[in-house]
Amino acid sequence: MTRKKQTKYFFLFISPWIIGFLAFTIYPMLSSLFFSLTDYDALTAPVFVGLENYKEVLHDPILKISVKATLWYTLLNVPIGLLLSLLLAMLLNATRRCKGFFRTVLYLPSMVSGVSLALLWSWIFNPEYGVANYLLGKLGIQGPLWLMDEKWAVPSLAIMSFWSIGTGIVLFLAALQGVPRSLTEAAVLDGANWYMRLRHVTLPMISPIFLFQLIIEFINSFQVFTQAFVMTKGGPHYATNFYVYYIYQNAFVNFRMGYASALSWILLAVVMIVTVLIMKCSDRFVYYEGGDN
Amino acid sequence: METSAVSYGSKKKRRIVDAIVLAMLTLVAGIMCVPIFTMLTTSVKTTGETFQYPPTFIPQTFDFSAYVRVFQKLDLVPHYLNSLFVSILIVIGTLVSSSLIAYGFSRYRAPGKKVLFMLVMSTLMIPYPSVMIPQYILFNKIRWVDTYLPLVVPAFLGSAYMIFLLKQFFSSISNELFDAARIDGCSEFKIFYRIVLPLSKAALASVAIFSFMWSWDDLLGPVIYLSSPEKYTLPVLLAGLVSKFRIPEWNIMMVAALYAALPCILLFIFCQRYFVEGIVTSGIKG
Repeated sequence: MTRKKQTKYFFLFISPWIIGFLAFTIYPMLSSLFFSLTDYDALTAPVFVGLENYKEVLHDPILKISVKATLWYTLLNVPIGLLLSLLLAMLLNATRRCKGFFRTVLYLPSMVSGVSLALLWSWIFNPEYGVANYLLGKLGIQGPLWLMDEKWAVPSLAIMSFWSIGTGIVLFLAALQGVPRSLTEAAVLDGANWYMRLRHVTLPMISPIFLFQLIIEFINSFQVFTQAFVMTKGGPHYATNFYVYYIYQNAFVNFRMGYASALSWILLAVVMIVTVLIMKCSDRFVYYEGGDN
Repeated sequence: METSAVSYGSKKKRRIVDAIVLAMLTLVAGIMCVPIFTMLTTSVKTTGETFQYPPTFIPQTFDFSAYVRVFQKLDLVPHYLNSLFVSILIVIGTLVSSSLIAYGFSRYRAPGKKVLFMLVMSTLMIPYPSVMIPQYILFNKIRWVDTYLPLVVPAFLGSAYMIFLLKQFFSSISNELFDAARIDGCSEFKIFYRIVLPLSKAALASVAIFSFMWSWDDLLGPVIYLSSPEKYTLPVLLAGLVSKFRIPEWNIMMVAALYAALPCILLFIFCQRYFVEGIVTSGIKG
């Protein structure tokens, strides 16, 4: 096929994406930059206010709580969630009995998601009648008020997220199974013990998947919304007033589209910076087969 | 038994390690089952028993009436149909658009292709909340708010995850097949839908399953765009449940949650293979 024809077909096939990219990504990003400089309620015309919205960001006490709650949730959710899924994948990889059964049991919870998941855990965390405090009581522990306790609300939601790590487990398991046998065997012949094999063979081989998961989990954690919307309404006392929930409140409850646009832009910038930072730092610990990248 | 040239330790040691691994997995699996167990047992308790103190772990009665009563308490059926309608359209849109786009990226050479693909991948980073407000303003202007169009139309323009997944798959199909078809005088689109699509059933199934599950669960989009209660999708209806009842009937709510999760659970049971394959080829979140 000629070059010209190849180019023609290429652009023909990807044309839906180009339209979507311009209409639903580039245009919104640029227009939200504009709206972030205005006062706009979606009914009357936007009024240009310069950097007022960004100034307000610096002095908004509720936003400060929102940012803290979101960071706290991310810090609990991402590292512990990743370690748990890696650990369980390693156990699955090591077991020689009932592998399929355990994989199903660990993955099945991920099928209860979104609002169903939120309803289920609202009940589990019910301080009086919920199963969490019932089981803790059996162990002789007086359980907390969970979602109704300012201190416990965010950790409760993190605990809930650990129940849905099935995808991470499957992914790590596939990565672990992809580690060439010859490498581990060579390490054994060289006298490497279990820890040395893990540290110098297994972990480097699965580090690209780890990096990928780390980035995706970070981005997802920054966007936590459903739990706040369904379970806590941002409370108690703003404890779970997560960033995206706060954007939603500003834009669609208080109709402060301008301020919400500024918050959206900041979210986008932060996600991009964090992603780039993680990738930059990862050069040191991620190993790519076949040389540099 | 695997036969390996290398021994990882004595047989006895191996057996102890096996037992420890098995014990740990059993423990974790047991804990992971508690929430599902709670969901099922609560659904067959009477409302009175759900508020009994101390709570019961094993239900005293097996009362299945909540499974029927939920239809009187909530308008489940119409909202179920709304959700199905939206999700099926999104699945169709995603399948059609993402396969075309992925095929373009995997099969043709063109200037700027690399940069464009990097742009596709970089859109994975863009959180939906950071573009939702201007999108809302846009859809508001063209009077699409309170219709399903803002939820469905973007799906017909491709999804970055799915493009990536399908591109990986299409790239693995051998080039000789295409060259032969071209020599036989097949047009490019004919090659695409007569040869490539039938070869990619497994990958397309993964795409269909994942896009169904994501759209089925989506709350933020429908919450923003649907204002008439009769248009609500299932998640929007259920999201109001916790605050709707002054004294929540947890058995009814567990049944509702169970019904809502049912399509995903069924998909998982009957299409497990595609889940694992899809997750592994793309490394995406399910």
